[in-house]
Amino acid sequence: MANFLFSRLLQSAALLFLVSLIGFGIVHLAPGGPLAQFALTPGISQADLARMAHEMGLDRALPIQYWEWLTRILTGDWGRSYRDGRSVLDVIFGRLPATLELILTGSFIAIIIGVWIGVMGAVKRYSIFDMLATVGAMVALSVPTFWFGLIVIYVFSVNLGWLPAGNRMTAGAGGGFLDFLHHLIAPALVLAFVEVAIWSRYMRSSMLDVISQDYIRTARAKGVSERSILWRHAMRNAMLPMIALAGVELPALLSGALVTETVFTWPGMGRLLLDSLGYRDYPVVMGILMISAILALLGNLLADIAAAVVDPRIRLT
Amino acid sequence: MSIMKDSFESLTGRPVMATRRRFLSMGAAAGALVFCDATGNWVSAAFAATAPTSPTGQIVLGLSQEPTIFMPLIPHADVDNAVYFNLFSPLWSVDEKGAFQPELVSEVPTLENGGISSDGLTWKLKLDEKAKWHDGTPFTAEDVKFNLELIRNPKFPAANRAGIDQITDIEIAGPHELTFRLSKLYAPLPSILSWTFLVPKHLIEKESNPAQPTAFLERPVGTGPFKWSERSPGDHVTLVANPDFHGTGPRAKALVFKYIPDGTVLYTQFQTGEIDYVGLLGISPDKFEEAQKLPKRVVSATPQPMIETIVFNLGKDVFKDPAVRQALYVAMDKKGIIDQIYYGLPSETESFLPHESWAYNSNLSTHEYSPEKAMQMLDEAGWKPGADGIREKNGVRLEFTNSTTAGNHVREQTQQLLQQNWLDIGVKMTISNFPAAVIWGDYWNMSKFDSVMAGINFMVGPDPDATGSFASSAIPVKGGSGSNTAQYSNAEVDRLLAEGASTFDQSERKKAYLRMQEITRQDLPYLPIFQYNMVQGVKEGLQGFMPNVNVQDNSWNASTWYWAT
Repeated sequence: MANFLFSRLLQSAALLFLVSLIGFGIVHLAPGGPLAQFALTPGISQADLARMAHEMGLDRALPIQYWEWLTRILTGDWGRSYRDGRSVLDVIFGRLPATLELILTGSFIAIIIGVWIGVMGAVKRYSIFDMLATVGAMVALSVPTFWFGLIVIYVFSVNLGWLPAGNRMTAGAGGGFLDFLHHLIAPALVLAFVEVAIWSRYMRSSMLDVISQDYIRTARAKGVSERSILWRHAMRNAMLPMIALAGVELPALLSGALVTETVFTWPGMGRLLLDSLGYRDYPVVMGILMISAILALLGNLLADIAAAVVDPRIRLT
Repeated sequence: MSIMKDSFESLTGRPVMATRRRFLSMGAAAGALVFCDATGNWVSAAFAATAPTSPTGQIVLGLSQEPTIFMPLIPHADVDNAVYFNLFSPLWSVDEKGAFQPELVSEVPTLENGGISSDGLTWKLKLDEKAKWHDGTPFTAEDVKFNLELIRNPKFPAANRAGIDQITDIEIAGPHELTFRLSKLYAPLPSILSWTFLVPKHLIEKESNPAQPTAFLERPVGTGPFKWSERSPGDHVTLVANPDFHGTGPRAKALVFKYIPDGTVLYTQFQTGEIDYVGLLGISPDKFEEAQKLPKRVVSATPQPMIETIVFNLGKDVFKDPAVRQALYVAMDKKGIIDQIYYGLPSETESFLPHESWAYNSNLSTHEYSPEKAMQMLDEAGWKPGADGIREKNGVRLEFTNSTTAGNHVREQTQQLLQQNWLDIGVKMTISNFPAAVIWGDYWNMSKFDSVMAGINFMVGPDPDATGSFASSAIPVKGGSGSNTAQYSNAEVDRLLAEGASTFDQSERKKAYLRMQEITRQDLPYLPIFQYNMVQGVKEGLQGFMPNVNVQDNSWNASTWYWAT
């Protein structure tokens, strides 16, 4: 286990380095720069712009800029945002809670419903329920989140007036846990919508694998009730691949939240990334990229460890 | 001159209308209600709505960009002005009629009241003794001196030092009195100062770098009607009423500037009442009709100083003949552009100045769309169709490119319409668009283009001085400082611009600018397509606006806004 962890960490470090190198290159290759937002300020002079570029370090060669960034980040200095002058970690960790609230709620709903639909679909294979679930999953996977979010707002906020049309809480006077929950319902459900489809499909095929195994037949022959076979014998084994899925889905959820956050004016990481890209706020973009990469690697690592813990057949070496 | 900032439009996928919009309070006329009549004009009526005696309620302003820089003297985005107007104060402000109103001074200096010496070079400022910074520190002449010197400091990246760099010999005559001299008379200076928000000396001084005052940016302190409360990055900024404000108001307890990046979502939240007011870019033109039918919402088109133009590069042979420029103008279906592409929202114009400017010339000859007349003009000037139908003269073909920011769909449609218009008279225009970062760099600044389509504010703040866009000394590619990238050069215009900028006598200035507009209407270095209008949306019952083309932000007088009860 210790060996495994050590080699995985080494691999992760190498991967993070590659991600940073490629990310830095791509971010700086995109035309424009952080000064574009100031370049058209009436009355600003070329000399002022040049001075700002120098202060931001933008007038140096790209490899030198990368080296400066890398050496700073290795000493724990992530830099400051070009947009509002705050430190990059403050900027990012200030936004992370909003994204986590949304993603954890959305995933929780998606897993509960998705797993249930998947199990039912496998048990009653080719039933009307299974057919509907299959079609439903295809539809959910194909519907663009942006459009779906707007439809939800149109129906439940504009027409019915049941839910707020976005935002994390009521502006100004807002606050309180209930107010927050009220605002969370729509974006979490929209985010869960696609996730349910994914989870139900994986769960269905995993369950189908398991219930055709010999030990299930043996259990049935011993007279174990169908209910007990399903939830105690089959379920445990069918859930194993889901742990790996959870690990892989973690970074995917970050990008999924980008669209949902935009439609529902949710001030999370996805919106931060979009804004930072638009303003070419390099330090923040690189910060988000690195944290996402770390989360992705961590998600995979945790999934592997969890799988080893619950499945005695897996050995981590 | 400023160009419409469309660099970030692709984020929202909708055209960026001009970035300035204005509303003015009824100021002293509290009790009046502003609403739209059938033609969409703002009118005031004697509705019985009285302002509350103490700050009451909150107002949520929806913005499609996020205010992030809370230090007004360093370069910032237009959207930041929404916060500045309420958190900070200038020495004086400019109202919807273009008149200056005292803010931090007790009286606006003029020639008449002796605040400005008869040669226009010595200024005396008397400050409002009641004014205090939000932390309780009194506002004094030291603060003014500090701000002016900071802006003048060549090491400080000032957002705008034009005019202020002419100020010398700043002398403090008392805690609330100071004088300074100008190295030369510069008429737009009062306008520039009306846009210059002052920051506290005692706090900026403490920062290690005044250009990046990290502590101040997190908790800015001003003299405005509202105080800093909190910022939730990516979401909102909250200001609360300043009970010690030296001027009128505030009448609301809090202002919440809510950032909603997507235009459709912004509109929906206005519809559902999450926000009380659509600021910055307003509602997109395609939703104008629908928005006007919303219950309990007041929606109207309000003018912007920005003019949509075709800029010709007069350094290119193809545009050197004035007859060509005039013919291209006559062959342009302006009404088609306004009605079919911009939903009839913009206003027709023949000038580079907005209709609302005191210097606007309303007697310019009116554009008339006539391909026949255009062809006749080109025939008479000797431009004859070649073998492929494209006109030419002395080996110069009437063929050129037109460029604008790539991805601006509305402008692209306009380009296609113009391409057809001009092909009809034997002129070949090719569309050649680039990303914002490319087109507004050297391509534009160093006059490398043939022609460009852009929304341009030719004024210096609320001042009609357009030296930067029309003077022959302002051509960057010829070493000039300014933005006359059209390379327009006309001795009479140069003289009129110099005359207009070197006197404070408004009637003298007006004479010069009226004549100048006649000349540019004739010379057409820029083809005026239309003046922008923004669709403004406000929740019913919110009192206190009127359009004002003279300020950068419509929330400029939010200190006098209140809810009708």
